[in-house]
Amino acid sequence: MVANESLVADQTRDVSGDGEPDIRLTRVTKRFGDVLVIDDLDLEIERGAFYALLGPSGCGKTTTLRMIGGFELPTEGVVRLGGTEVTNAPPHKRDVNTVFQSYALFPHLTIEKNVAFGLERKRVSKSEVKARVAEALETVQLPHLAKRKPAQLSGGQQQRVALARALVNRPRALLLDEPLGALDLRLRRQLQVELKRIQQEVGITFIHVTHDQEEAMSMADTIAVMNRGKIEQAGSATDLYERPTTAFVAKFLGISNLVDAEIGATDGTMARVTTHDGAPLLAPANRCAEHAGTPVRIGVRPEKVRLSKQGEPVASDRNVLRGRVVLSSFLGVSLQYVIETAGGEELTVYCQNEDGVAPDAFGAGQEVQLSWDPRHTFVVARGDDGD
Amino acid sequence: MSLQRRRKLIPWMFALPGLLWLLLFFAIPLINQAQVSLMSGDPEAGYTLTWAFDTYTNAISDYHEQFLRSFLYAGIATVVDLIIAFPLAYFMAYKAGRWRNLMLLLVVLPFFMSYVLRTVAWQLILADHGWVVERLRDVGLVSADGRVLATGTAVVAGISYNFLPFMVLPLYVALERIDRRFVEAATDLYASRATAFRKVTLPLAIPGIFAGSLLVFIPATGDYINAALLGTSKQYMIGNVVQSKFLTVLDYPTAAALSFILMTVILVGIAIYSRLLGTRTLTEAAV
Repeated sequence: MVANESLVADQTRDVSGDGEPDIRLTRVTKRFGDVLVIDDLDLEIERGAFYALLGPSGCGKTTTLRMIGGFELPTEGVVRLGGTEVTNAPPHKRDVNTVFQSYALFPHLTIEKNVAFGLERKRVSKSEVKARVAEALETVQLPHLAKRKPAQLSGGQQQRVALARALVNRPRALLLDEPLGALDLRLRRQLQVELKRIQQEVGITFIHVTHDQEEAMSMADTIAVMNRGKIEQAGSATDLYERPTTAFVAKFLGISNLVDAEIGATDGTMARVTTHDGAPLLAPANRCAEHAGTPVRIGVRPEKVRLSKQGEPVASDRNVLRGRVVLSSFLGVSLQYVIETAGGEELTVYCQNEDGVAPDAFGAGQEVQLSWDPRHTFVVARGDDGD
Repeated sequence: MSLQRRRKLIPWMFALPGLLWLLLFFAIPLINQAQVSLMSGDPEAGYTLTWAFDTYTNAISDYHEQFLRSFLYAGIATVVDLIIAFPLAYFMAYKAGRWRNLMLLLVVLPFFMSYVLRTVAWQLILADHGWVVERLRDVGLVSADGRVLATGTAVVAGISYNFLPFMVLPLYVALERIDRRFVEAATDLYASRATAFRKVTLPLAIPGIFAGSLLVFIPATGDYINAALLGTSKQYMIGNVVQSKFLTVLDYPTAAALSFILMTVILVGIAIYSRLLGTRTLTEAAV
């Protein structure tokens, strides 16, 4: 994209922070009065990454972002941008820009003046300001609205202006605080795609705070799931979904189907696991290793499970649990079943509607077998669910 | 009556008491006084409408000094109040926290006491042998035999004091409703705190500055209590002239003419002032 070359982060800046992550928080703690909001957090974000901080409200994700932006100062710990410590630097001395949840567009200035605000403070020449503002508005596809005031724009348009106002400064990183939270679903989907495109075009590090797991999964390269001021698990969307390591992550990203279990002997790549009611299962040995000696729960995602009638033969290499159908509902694309297992847990199962089965294929009250490939079993620590 | 027609009437019915009030106590007296201002005669024989426009020209030539003094004193008092009120309102809006309501109460507390009494209190504060004047003599701001009472300074001080709440309250409201995230956004975009104030907070506070200035300036120009109690006839403002014409000399036409001249000048002044501050930004900044 030739038109946006000048939006690409200045390459020269890499020299200073060679080998350093773009953003690094070291042992950061934040208290508001007596309330511990961020608990000894370590965070590293690579240059050019699209990084999502995902979690429920009150988990500390916004506070983390605000400490990077300089709006909150950590109680303890160090914040570095590209190797330079900025822990106590005010926002205007930091090389990052924020897209606020409410957009915070200046109501008394035109769109053009809003976007030019940062460049004017940096004393960029008038002609360059003009060119870069025009370019930024081009990137967000709003050049025709330059002379309007924010109040005359729709929510989606304001969101794009907020993005342009931040991007035009070519910051080291862009901090997005629930940027799509105020928009309706359709617009949100559309802007998700657009945000991702813009991020790839300009190559700036994006840190995206959201409570919407689907949004995080569809946009981010790396997702850090936060809970109670800590990062529970960080990784790609697939990592988090297929291999959650805590019950909180398993529950936050989709339906988790957890069963209390004990880890037994390892047998090659698989480890033996026994559920609390004695059913023998297998789980990947490497996922069990980190939980050795502690009480665990094993889980499987609902779409990985296949149902069969009681007594039907099941391949011997599959994990099998017995249960009784409590609820079956027809969703069109799939059928959703709630099964009460022999051990008493209620598990959810999705079956693809492959051949137009009637929903009563497995009606309520029917005895069934749940089976899945042991490789899809994940293991999380028992105890604190983080609910 | 159809439902739709009744619906159209409802807003008018709500406005009716106000409209009646306006008609009875504003429009009718105004027209009446306009008539009076064009009458001629004397207190004994009574006044008759003779369309005597020369009352206006005479009023201006006789009392232009008091007019100018009114605008000067009111203008200085408005500026003084703005300087005092802005930091106070800023502090109350952003920094006072749980003390905010107490401070608001303190700002309006003087209203619980009679206006005249408060002004009389200033006679004591600024008295020739009072503590304030003695200290001012100590630091050389007032000469050994100089005084503060019965000077223009005393009148301006009295006006500034009496009208300060009218400046503080609109400023407070204007500042309080400015979303602090605008300031955060400004500092995020490389503005220092001072620049953020100049480029964001101040422009967004303009409606409050406008409202406060008018609320102080307009009643201050017509005020006569402060000049009467804290000044001498040399400090008399146009309000003092109107008061004496109406109540002492009983020259009603001149009194009415003076009032109309004052009103006209103020209306023209407001028009210019709002043009200067930009009426369009006034309404848009409030959004």
